[in-house]
Amino acid sequence: MDKKSLTRRLGRPVLGTVAALAMTAGMLGTGPAKAAESFKIGVVTFLSGGAAESFGVPAWNGGKLLIEALNRGGEVPAPYDKKGFGGMTIEYVLVDEAGGATKQVQEFRNLVQREKVDAVLGYVSSGDCLAVPPVADELKAFLILYDCGTPRVFEEASYTYVFRTAAHAAMDNISLARYMKSKGIEAKYFAGINQDYAWGQDSWADFVASMSVIQPGAKVKTALFPKIFAGQYGTEISALMREKPDLVHSSLWGGDLQAFVLQAGARGLFKRAQVAFSAGDHVIPQLGNKMPDGIILGARGVNGLAAKARPNALTTWFWDAYTKEYKVFPVQAPFRMVQGLLGLKTAVEKAMVANGGKKPNAEELAAAMKGLEWDAPSGRIQMTLGGGHQAIQPNAIGRTKWDTAKGEMTLIDVEYYAAECVNPPDGTKAVDWIKAGFPGAKCK
Amino acid sequence: MTLLRSVPAASALAFAALVLAGFVLPDWAMFLVTMAFAKGLVALGIVGLMRGGLVSFGQGLYFCIGAYVSGLMANWTGITDIFLLSLLGVLAAGAIGTIFGPLLANYRGIFFAMLSLSLSMILYGALSKMTTLGGTDGLNVAAPTFLGYAPEGRPLGLALYLYTSAIVVLVGGLMRGLFNSQRGLIALAIRDNELRIEYLGASVRTAMAINYVIAAVLGGLGGVISGLAIGHVDPEFSFWTTSGEFVFVAILSGYLSIPAVFVGSILLEVVRSFSNLYFPNTWQLALGIFLLLVIVLLPRGLGSLTLRRRKAKEQA
Amino acid sequence: MELFAVILVDGLIYGAWLFIVSVGLTLVFGVLNILNLAHGSLYAVGAYTTASAVGAYFAFGGDGFPIGSYAVMIIAAVLVAIVIGPLLERGLLRHFYGRDEVLAVLVTYGVFLILEDVMKLIWGVDPYFVYQPYDLLGSVEVGPLYYVSYDFLVIAVAIIVGLLVWFVINRTRQGKVVLAVIHDREMSQAMGVNVDRVFMAAFAAGVFLAALGGALTAPMISVSPGISVNVIILAFAVVIIGGLGSIEGAAIGAVVVGVARAASVHLLPEAELFIIYLVMAAVLVFRPEGLFQKTQARKI
Repeated sequence: MDKKSLTRRLGRPVLGTVAALAMTAGMLGTGPAKAAESFKIGVVTFLSGGAAESFGVPAWNGGKLLIEALNRGGEVPAPYDKKGFGGMTIEYVLVDEAGGATKQVQEFRNLVQREKVDAVLGYVSSGDCLAVPPVADELKAFLILYDCGTPRVFEEASYTYVFRTAAHAAMDNISLARYMKSKGIEAKYFAGINQDYAWGQDSWADFVASMSVIQPGAKVKTALFPKIFAGQYGTEISALMREKPDLVHSSLWGGDLQAFVLQAGARGLFKRAQVAFSAGDHVIPQLGNKMPDGIILGARGVNGLAAKARPNALTTWFWDAYTKEYKVFPVQAPFRMVQGLLGLKTAVEKAMVANGGKKPNAEELAAAMKGLEWDAPSGRIQMTLGGGHQAIQPNAIGRTKWDTAKGEMTLIDVEYYAAECVNPPDGTKAVDWIKAGFPGAKCK
Repeated sequence: MTLLRSVPAASALAFAALVLAGFVLPDWAMFLVTMAFAKGLVALGIVGLMRGGLVSFGQGLYFCIGAYVSGLMANWTGITDIFLLSLLGVLAAGAIGTIFGPLLANYRGIFFAMLSLSLSMILYGALSKMTTLGGTDGLNVAAPTFLGYAPEGRPLGLALYLYTSAIVVLVGGLMRGLFNSQRGLIALAIRDNELRIEYLGASVRTAMAINYVIAAVLGGLGGVISGLAIGHVDPEFSFWTTSGEFVFVAILSGYLSIPAVFVGSILLEVVRSFSNLYFPNTWQLALGIFLLLVIVLLPRGLGSLTLRRRKAKEQA
Repeated sequence: MELFAVILVDGLIYGAWLFIVSVGLTLVFGVLNILNLAHGSLYAVGAYTTASAVGAYFAFGGDGFPIGSYAVMIIAAVLVAIVIGPLLERGLLRHFYGRDEVLAVLVTYGVFLILEDVMKLIWGVDPYFVYQPYDLLGSVEVGPLYYVSYDFLVIAVAIIVGLLVWFVINRTRQGKVVLAVIHDREMSQAMGVNVDRVFMAAFAAGVFLAALGGALTAPMISVSPGISVNVIILAFAVVIIGGLGSIEGAAIGAVVVGVARAASVHLLPEAELFIIYLVMAAVLVFRPEGLFQKTQARKI
């Protein structure tokens, strides 16, 4: 009996399995060899699709710049002047976040189990931020969520190895409602245009709830929910103009926001109603003076222009290095990536002090990160919520004003909010805190 | 020796090989195979339809139903037993399939594909709206238990892998039996000429409807396993690109061989995973080129490889 | 009453845009029997090419004669059609004529994936803006609202495109030849028709229409990655509602979807996300092959 007739007898089911086995077994030992003195991170962010241009790519531009500066050592202002992470060179593996939560869970496993990264830093999409953390805990892998906004991550569950280094999205809309009050913007009727997915729905719900506490008389005229990446807002703009609200709230972002500004501008919406974009700062570099004056703008933290208006050594270093490298100023996404990386650096170095200078494992990192505080270009970051796993940070809201002389957009009437003023205390869900009328808020 | 060529014997051998593999595969590869098998089940349902000349671009509908059944049951009632969840997922998907099956059985070609697609997109839209179910962000699913056994870490991955392998082998064997039966052969004949089958006295509609319900059941089963393996379900399960991926696996594998479906599914996962990591900026380009190459080089799918070889052997 | 008028105007503007972006898809299917999933990518290529071309036009002194930018937009669409059309059709699609239509759908899906990254390699991820053509014509007051005149230009272009395609197919010799090929490819070949050339021309026309859709849209949006995906699914729905391969069907389908969506935005904004699928499913339940179905002989 020769070999060939054996395979024939075993039949095709077995053949198929053998082929599958050979295929998978062939890759048992892949992955580049690891240098002794390096710390390897997996970075996951949007490199393609609609969120690449506004979030993923600028964020990674900022991250890459910082990693390279840290690896050279001594360039970033104190306390970050030590080389790499605690002297270890930072290596990275970059993964595209496009493709949905299912794919991201698989890629996360691959990063941890195949690429053997020491930590993963990533995720812009809130769906990914909900799906990946349970896997991180299952694999005992250290994970930093650097960008996504949904409060659900640490309000509905708790994790050991997962941290979010940026404030959740409730802050954006609470700040916006507070700004209306302090600047005397009375909104008898207001309307919303938000994308029809979790981010847009949550942003609108938070804003409506905040308004009902801060301006109890204000009534909702209409709430529009165009599809994400719709690009065409003619009908929505008609609806907004026909309803004649005093104030229009929107959490649109990226290409959708740019298209909306172009189309609404041409039809005079901005002359008829005060418009507020809860996360709109990132379209300024592209739109330039196409962004009308007087728009109320948030940046999901003291990021971008609001950070530049309140400089310190770290912010100025980052602003100048980024502007020099990419010929455009940094907006919110690179600020958040940088605050995540600096938090990781602080945690690694703190853990190394505790363990005698070895490269920390996930347990040691998690212990060091819990409740940590550090300075970032966007201000002081404090891991106070979710039992020390969720950051709060200060926020800023301002108004756009085109500086004709310099040919650049500026932010005027900027109001800064302390972190404790616009974020709930630990143990309270954001929605409940808003509905209760912000008990215990510490505002200056 | 002819015994080995029988379907049950071959299935048993395949299962033994898969079990052995489970003990050598690294964690990530085991997870990859589990996912590929779960998706392969859905694709196998499409292959069943394809034999009758129909291709559904909306199997995401049943994939999503299965996944949400497992997710909601675990969250609402605390049921985490994978056997029970699989049964519930299959029942739910089968019930919906029985409603739509007779309706869709009237449609052919691209209209069947598009109507099935629009059904799955309506579910996508509805789920995106239901904030109580997590909206577009979806919801997390607790880890499954196996008749009271609640493993964690690698044993969990292994248990899930073995469960999926057993299902795949079982379903594969049953589907082979079905394909070889009179009903299965009628489907193949419908592909060649529908009207002729009607004249011969068989009901094309019934055959199509049954194939559709079977595909729905397999879709639900794949969805339950995927939802439990990933630990998260969201409306994306019902999005058209998800359905398109199943169609791709079905076409890549062809309708000639059942194991080819699962090999094809693994191949796609491997290509995607590695191109994603090694070409983070151009992985779609790599995937697109892979897809075109497969279609151009293997127009009848992977399954035609084994068939070709067997024919050559028989001629020799 | 005023609300009704607003819904109608909004619906027509959106419907006109939908028609332009989907008519090429139905044309290609009608002639080549290929449902082109890469249609949205061709739309995006058209938008990018227009953005670059119009940008260059204004950078090199186009300000003196801004109306010329409209010509530049059309030239950009033509350029896309003559470069990509023959390349895709001769290089790839012709190998799949007469094969399973689903196989062709997958082939075009591969093209879609490839084009997504190729566009990124050529144009990067930063957005492009060419709002000059959009602002050029000013705005019009309709009842209580202002509309951008450009929106009405889009309606005009849609009508012209629709009439032109209809006229070419039904009233010219070339159109008759195309109809003959659609009806019976082998017989027309036997009668001396160069079927290859008909296919190539029809596909190039489809690419041109997709690119024209992109060109017309570029001034009102931010041309950036990801714009193709949404268009594919919209164009599909319109074409399926109208009946695959039917130009009249695409026109009616586009207006139906446009008005349904406008009504939903004004009256029931929560339903906007899936209104289009509801219309599609409703139409297909009653008219299994779309509003304008072709009767086909069944082979025994």
